[in-house]
Amino acid sequence: MAKTKALKNLAQLKIGQSAIIDSFTDKVMALKLLEMGCTPGEVVKLDRIAPLGDPIAISVSGYLLSLRKAEASTVLVSLIPAV
Amino acid sequence: MDSNASFVNFSDKTTIKVALVGNPNSGKSTLFNALTGLNQKTGNFPGVTVDKKSGFSKLNSTVTAEFIDLPGTYSLYPKSLDERVAFEVLCNSENVDHPDVTIIVADASNLKRNLFLVSQIIDLKIPVILALNMMDMVEKEGDVIDAIRLSEKLGVKVVGISARNKDGVEVLKQALLQPLPVPQYDFIDIKKIAPEAIEKVKSVIKVKSDFIAFHIINNLSDISFLHNKEIETKITDGLNTLIVDNNKIQSLESVERYKIINRIVEDCITHKSAIKTESFTQKLDGVLTHRILGYAIFLIVLFFIFQTIFFLAAFPMEWIESLFIAISELTANILPQGELSNLIVNGIIAGLSGVVVFVPQIALLFAFIAILEDTGYMARVSFIMDKLMRRFGLNGRSVIPLISGVACAVPAIMSARTISSWKERIITIMVTPLMSCSARLPVYTLLISLVVPQDKTLGFFNYQGLILMALYLIGFIAAIGAAWILKWILKAREKSYFIMELPVYRTPQWRTVGLTIFDKVKMFLFDAGKIIVAISIILWFLSSHAPGNKFEVIDKKYQDYSFRGDLNQNELDAKIASEKLEVSYAGMLGKSIEPAIKPLGFDWKIGISLVTSFAAREVFVGTMATIYSAGNTDNTQTIREKMQAEKDPETGKPKYSIAVGFSLMIFYAFAMQCMSTLAVVYRETKSWKWPTIQFFFMGALAYISSFIVYQLLK
Repeated sequence: MAKTKALKNLAQLKIGQSAIIDSFTDKVMALKLLEMGCTPGEVVKLDRIAPLGDPIAISVSGYLLSLRKAEASTVLVSLIPAV
Repeated sequence: MDSNASFVNFSDKTTIKVALVGNPNSGKSTLFNALTGLNQKTGNFPGVTVDKKSGFSKLNSTVTAEFIDLPGTYSLYPKSLDERVAFEVLCNSENVDHPDVTIIVADASNLKRNLFLVSQIIDLKIPVILALNMMDMVEKEGDVIDAIRLSEKLGVKVVGISARNKDGVEVLKQALLQPLPVPQYDFIDIKKIAPEAIEKVKSVIKVKSDFIAFHIINNLSDISFLHNKEIETKITDGLNTLIVDNNKIQSLESVERYKIINRIVEDCITHKSAIKTESFTQKLDGVLTHRILGYAIFLIVLFFIFQTIFFLAAFPMEWIESLFIAISELTANILPQGELSNLIVNGIIAGLSGVVVFVPQIALLFAFIAILEDTGYMARVSFIMDKLMRRFGLNGRSVIPLISGVACAVPAIMSARTISSWKERIITIMVTPLMSCSARLPVYTLLISLVVPQDKTLGFFNYQGLILMALYLIGFIAAIGAAWILKWILKAREKSYFIMELPVYRTPQWRTVGLTIFDKVKMFLFDAGKIIVAISIILWFLSSHAPGNKFEVIDKKYQDYSFRGDLNQNELDAKIASEKLEVSYAGMLGKSIEPAIKPLGFDWKIGISLVTSFAAREVFVGTMATIYSAGNTDNTQTIREKMQAEKDPETGKPKYSIAVGFSLMIFYAFAMQCMSTLAVVYRETKSWKWPTIQFFFMGALAYISSFIVYQLLK
């Protein structure tokens, strides 16, 4: 594994892809996401995308969370390679 | 965790105040209903416009518990008004609603995220009981939660319940009578995060815990209970000498909490298997949020709701009207004729009838909404509609109020309650009355038949039908357009998020549906009903009274047979009613506004109808019938003929030209002529500000549009 992994944002995941939360780019949004259980180190999976392309739904901390792409793009993640 | 925990015991008190707090979708309201049943009431939290539900329940022969249902919240950070209420009630021991015991309701099938709020409340160091709800779901999944260990780890009493099945509710009640441990330790070492700042706050004000001091640092401006300007300035000055990054320390707090929560969850839950198969919820989401099926199903749901409140509700509404007619006839016969009988029959009973008649629509719409919310489908509606509605400043959930508005704005506006963002909810409430409701239909029908020839067609389409459709379309476009404008005008009170849980699908509980209906009907009858009855009485007075002895003069005139001509009794009565209306206060009002409405093509006769229509738009038809002394109002044929025969005194041409007809239709499409809607907007926004703005903005829109239509077509 390379030491410096390329980070993506949560909105860039494809359906079914899993990733680990790394950090946040928006401090205020981060607070809201943190209390909803999106903490750094937590595994998230992109579950589905709304038919019009926005918002998206992710599995995190054992439940389904929906958020807009603009909100998801403030979450930086590192992809978990598919097994 | 702490061996020398202190205990509180309330079993010797006569009433215990118990607050219910928990995440949205944790089943908090279900538990509240299970605890209190019909024994609940809705009020206000003092000083804020947030509904407070409370109810009583006997714990044993001597102790009664008063339960207060606090707004659902994910954390104690007061971001929205609802969350501020929960925060204030729990943290401020001076607050009138501050509880003796707090029951934290947590969804056990989603324990990790639910424990976040639990951990914050523990740090307030108040007596709490953790109610682990939805234990049946956990068992079904095959997971096991070690409640005893959880209780040890958290240092609070834990009771496993399933509020839907009422399992464990009795145990929970009895737990309130036993000695309760008060958490003594800090769940996280909050002092580590902001040591100097916490010390500063504590040197100025005495607080129960470091966490409250931490809250004061972060949310000073939102904490209304400090109230003391001197202390506030002292704290602000003290904190100014330090460099505190509020976002950073709050983030650190959340991360720290979840670190400990993760450990606890790992310790207390045994999962049956690590591999999860595709759940029922995921399968159903595949259909309900599908790009084609999802919208098709939503459309069917909307169609079904609309049909129900438009057509099905018509039957009970008719029964209610007949019942009230029977009651007023009976009353009129019993009471001696005179002013009092007139007031009771035509003022009060008619006003009550105008209130109760809304009950079927409200009950049916809320039956649907309760089911949609309870099953979890409503969150999916938001999910698939969000992008579309967001552009207009609306919410995915605004679709249901808007569509329901085609039947009636009153239940529609009440249903906007499900929209959690304040701004999106206000916009929805403000624009819903622009949708063409069923009360406009009789007005449209009369006017269309008056000015549009029946036999004229455009290809296959009948002109009359096309125009009716166009009126509905205009209403819809106006609503969307107004929403778009309001989006830019209104300032958001809080940052709008779409960060929302998609709960797992559940079967609806009929108990919840029933209680929702009961609650909404009660709220409407008692809160909006008062205003509606009061305005009806005023309107009744205006149209049935005249200054001086003007009515007697008319009565006397027709006692003279030479005025009667060859009219029969019915025709005579109609003629008298018409002349009386003309000289009544309403008639004077209609005449006095004539100069203002003349540019729209309206005369004083229409003016009177505009005034009386405020009771309900369809009253237009009845008033027109009285003015044109058409007698029996059920017979629109006669009204139409009489109106068609009306000549413009200046031009000698028919008064109801195309221009006047269309101008009037547009006026009715846009103007806020419905006191019931205004009363409901007042109830829902808890301020006269919004109904007033609505009245004037819709009135201005109606006036300007009618003016343009009339001047163009004239």
